Amino acid sequence: MTTLLDRLWASHEILRRDDGASLLWVDRHLVHEGSHHAFAKLAQRGLPVAEPGLTFGVADHYAPTRGTPKDAAVARMIDTLAENTAKYGIACFGLDDPRQGIVHVVGPEQGLTLPGLTVNCGDSHTSTHGAFGALAFGIGATEVAHVLATQTIWQVKPKAMRITVEGQLGPGIGAKDLALAWIARLGTGGATGHAVEYAGSTVRGLSMEARMTLCNLSIEGGARFGMVAPDETTFAYVAGRPYAPRDMDRAVADWRALRSDADTRFDREVTLDAAEIAPTVTWGTSPEDALPITETVPVPETEHARAALDYMGLTPGTPLSAIEIDRVFIGSCTNARIEDLRAAAAVLAGRKARVPGLVSPGSRLVKQQAEEEGLDRIFTEAGLDWVGAGCSMCVAMNGDRVPAGERCASTTNRNFRGRQGQGARTHLMSPAMVAAAAVTGKLTDLRPLLEGRDAA
Amino acid sequence: MLFRAGSVELSSKAPRMTGWTTHTGRAAALRLSNVDTDQLIPARFMSTPRAEGYGRFLLHDTDAHLPEGTTILVAGPNFGSGSSREAAVYALVDFGIRAVIAPSFGDIFAANAVNNGLLPAAIADAPALWDDLPAEIEIDLAAGTLRGPGPGGERRFALDPAQRDKLIHGWDDIDLTAQHGPAIAAFRNDRHANHPWAVPARDQRSGHPTGEDE
Repeated sequence: MTTLLDRLWASHEILRRDDGASLLWVDRHLVHEGSHHAFAKLAQRGLPVAEPGLTFGVADHYAPTRGTPKDAAVARMIDTLAENTAKYGIACFGLDDPRQGIVHVVGPEQGLTLPGLTVNCGDSHTSTHGAFGALAFGIGATEVAHVLATQTIWQVKPKAMRITVEGQLGPGIGAKDLALAWIARLGTGGATGHAVEYAGSTVRGLSMEARMTLCNLSIEGGARFGMVAPDETTFAYVAGRPYAPRDMDRAVADWRALRSDADTRFDREVTLDAAEIAPTVTWGTSPEDALPITETVPVPETEHARAALDYMGLTPGTPLSAIEIDRVFIGSCTNARIEDLRAAAAVLAGRKARVPGLVSPGSRLVKQQAEEEGLDRIFTEAGLDWVGAGCSMCVAMNGDRVPAGERCASTTNRNFRGRQGQGARTHLMSPAMVAAAAVTGKLTDLRPLLEGRDAA
Repeated sequence: MLFRAGSVELSSKAPRMTGWTTHTGRAAALRLSNVDTDQLIPARFMSTPRAEGYGRFLLHDTDAHLPEGTTILVAGPNFGSGSSREAAVYALVDFGIRAVIAPSFGDIFAANAVNNGLLPAAIADAPALWDDLPAEIEIDLAAGTLRGPGPGGERRFALDPAQRDKLIHGWDDIDLTAQHGPAIAAFRNDRHANHPWAVPARDQRSGHPTGEDE
């Protein structure tokens, strides 16, 4: 009667206070440019970093995707990370490192993310690492400073929720569609206070990349934690990565125990039928404002929906597939891994994009692999810009942004007002759906475009 | 290998949170649901040093106008969802906000709020207060209640007990944790001895330092 969450929690709990807060050991702490507030707190108190060997820096939020930082403030953020990591002896995948990329891509890619670990980072999409069967969650700056100083974190154990998905996903439909579907059903605060374990035959059949996409988006449904019990797919992904255990047999023997017992009760259970998941897009300003591409812009029933439609410049009753876009973005910690790029390229191959757009791989190693596979040429021949790795146009901190009033089909995680730039209008969807939108210049059901091709 | 956090000297110059038990202040309605942290502070302001003050960035790109002197916000559900940026709390606190009353909060936001002395007070029907909002609200943290002038009466709010204790005492987690140094060191040594895979292997290419090599 034990959940995966119970097992992960118990194996990291140093002590528990009477008020319910647990002190957890942190196996991996990932920092980025935005961690400057935390380093400043540490310096202010004259504290050292407790475990520099368990701490890793990555330049991503402000990383330029073309050339050098254009803006002094951006350059200062990147320099500050390099200075802070050097000062405390923390390994850093900075702009001068061939392994640089988005922290939630680099961690798994380097074998820093493993089953059974606790992983913290000052970024809400840290739930991504839960795809390995890790207890991974985003934290704020005060908490980052605390982890730096003590390699521990105070946390009240969340409730356990299971989302079970059974059956076969249709061609061209994947983890992004699944995630948007459950968030649309439960709401953006639907899993608040819970850790979500994704289970069922559909989830078992997903690659590590797809599981990462699913866990990444947990926070968009309110869950600070997302996780998948590790299995052969996980072990095969981890084996041979630079920081992965040398003694994999011993590690895997421990990792096999990381699962929920068959008869376990969860605080909350949700089931989804994979056959019912359609290619999904968002129409509003919250990830819960999502519908199958075959639907129409809804008649607003709430003040939120009315305001969202006003911001998005949409009229109720318009077919979603009639919404014209100005640009596309393929990138972010949600959807910029090699499989995401392959899925987009499968739609774009031999076709031209009707709108401009950026393709930003999740890391320099993903970029290199994509170039070895010839994917970069598919994107550039379609007319899209093939740029460097970083958070780029997902968070619009490095200068890559969607101009005010423009509409962007985007593989990112947040369609919040102004997220991709002040006044920008974002429609979230999968990489293959963004590629389809690029080809037609409007939100588009990718399925007809896949006829006679492999979905990749 | 010694665990260092337990033995550190905590600088006396460092600012500490001050605890509080009651607050009476001017309340304003923020008639929005799902106020994400990108709304609370747009990303482009986040490279600013905290010392320059974040209050002017609060709700910068929205239509919301908070009256000067507002210390309590009454908002819709899922307040502070989205990004983990603590800058969202800095913007609220630097503006002068001491408490946000809403039906629900993003988990990371609530933790960040408490770490900065800001109360996230959960009241299921908070939007029902919008139309008849008392000019002043009195908050009693220990009792877990809100009170406005007039016959409105007392309302209870929900708050995690660990978060309530922290706000009342103004606890600083690093100070609290320092006293557990020996337990942490023992846990660390046990974990690394019994689960050696949890220590990152040395990256052959870069020779990056690892926990094993310290």
